[in-house]
Amino acid sequence: MSTELIAHPLLGLALELHPQVALRPEPFGALAYHYGNRRLVFLQHADMVRVSQALAQHPTLAAALAACEVDEQRWPSFAKAFQSLLESEVVVERSQP
Amino acid sequence: MSADKLVAQLKTGLDAPICLTWELTYACNLQCVHCLSSSGQRDERELSTAEAKQVLDQLRDLQVFYINIGGGEPMVRRDFFELVEYSVASGIGVKFSTNGAFIDAEKARRLAAMDYLDIQISLDGVDAVTNDAVRGAGSYDMARRAMDNLAAANFGPFKISVVVTRHNVSQLDEFKALADSYGAQLRITRLRPSGRGVDSWGDLHPTNAQQREIYDWLMAHGENVLTGDSFFHLNALGPALPGLNMCGAGRVVCLIDPIGDVYACPFVIHDEFRAGNVRDDGGFSKVWKQSDLFTSLREPQSAGACASCGAFDACQGGCMAAKFFTGLPLDGPDPECVIGGGEAALAELAAAPVAVSLKPRPAMDHTKPTRHPTPALT
Amino acid sequence: MGDRTLSNRGARPDSLAVMENEVVVTATDPAEITAEITEELLVEEISIDGMCGVY
Repeated sequence: MSTELIAHPLLGLALELHPQVALRPEPFGALAYHYGNRRLVFLQHADMVRVSQALAQHPTLAAALAACEVDEQRWPSFAKAFQSLLESEVVVERSQP
Repeated sequence: MSADKLVAQLKTGLDAPICLTWELTYACNLQCVHCLSSSGQRDERELSTAEAKQVLDQLRDLQVFYINIGGGEPMVRRDFFELVEYSVASGIGVKFSTNGAFIDAEKARRLAAMDYLDIQISLDGVDAVTNDAVRGAGSYDMARRAMDNLAAANFGPFKISVVVTRHNVSQLDEFKALADSYGAQLRITRLRPSGRGVDSWGDLHPTNAQQREIYDWLMAHGENVLTGDSFFHLNALGPALPGLNMCGAGRVVCLIDPIGDVYACPFVIHDEFRAGNVRDDGGFSKVWKQSDLFTSLREPQSAGACASCGAFDACQGGCMAAKFFTGLPLDGPDPECVIGGGEAALAELAAAPVAVSLKPRPAMDHTKPTRHPTPALT
Repeated sequence: MGDRTLSNRGARPDSLAVMENEVVVTATDPAEITAEITEELLVEEISIDGMCGVY
């Protein structure tokens, strides 16, 4: 039961890709390049790409994951990945959810 | 480990470069003794402004994120700003590498007003004596003046790029201090025996002891120091240096030269590593995706003589440019192999008189003739 | 020799920041979930300067 898992705090946040980020599709997923801070990130799974692109359309990360039909068991991995993207500013918190 | 998987992905090549080097011109106001492109005189076959913009259009369509512009001295081109602005407007970030001669106060202000632009000023010594011995009289002052102008114009952080030689290894701390004093970022890169470096490499390349110094210094102080990932041949000395530690040539990066030739990287301007020309049918895109050279570079490379060495995993056999221009086989040790494999291989080569004359020379030489040219050997 | 140690370097743009692969196996306490959860590596950062072969 997922209530036994400690929910990652990021799951409840409204997020979006930073406006200066370009996503370039690749066979393994996508390259994300931030033109502002020059950081370059590999999104290593097609699901990670889909969720990244869906972020702005959903009230929370959890909602985006659910809408993209990502199995709940994988959510901790995704949350950790988005935490990393938040730290590199590839993804940012939305001011208006 | 995870990074191995990423590196393996990159070694098979991407559908488009992540970034690339574009030498805009072979013309240059300097005559650095180690110039990787043997620059000096403009080549009359240079790409026109229109042709250059067509290349930028293709790079935009490929979603190349960033280009590293160099030369020669790129600011010598009359359309320099036009091309840089066109690139940025097309969504392609620009870093350009310059000796700073043309960055006066007015240009510095113009550059400061531009976005998505990085500048890298070349400097090979912390004082005029050390620097000018390699880059020519007045070049130190030229570079410092450019840095001062950029600072005065509030350009923000620029990069100071140093080619590490036998004569400046002892100055690494001072280089760092100089960069810090400007709020700039230090970049140190490996000297390759390329271009005019073919002839000066023997005297300029770091000694074995100095290679250890470079490695130790990077491990201790290299946190904010860029290296262009050019020191992975030193990885057998201990834990790997930060970076991908792989050769990106023809796989994730490449060179476009002033006349539109596409090479695997700026250090191998030679027919052996020429993939095609942007003027060919299909342009840059076709060369990147389908050229025989790049296709073969994206296949697994043979470790050859290094296969039984425990360090190969760490050093990847070093740099193909370093091997090629010192006459060594590509599937064998780097000439600066830290285990000593390179020295042994070079000694063997030196002992075979015929082999020495077969050492590759750069494809072209745009060096300006000197006032008193040495008589041609007949 | 040549053993690569990669650590999560966080916010430095010039180094390889990698999320380490972990296999998380929960404790044998029956009150906890006993399913094995494998952590996926979904994001890897590299430096745009960290490509050998460009200026």
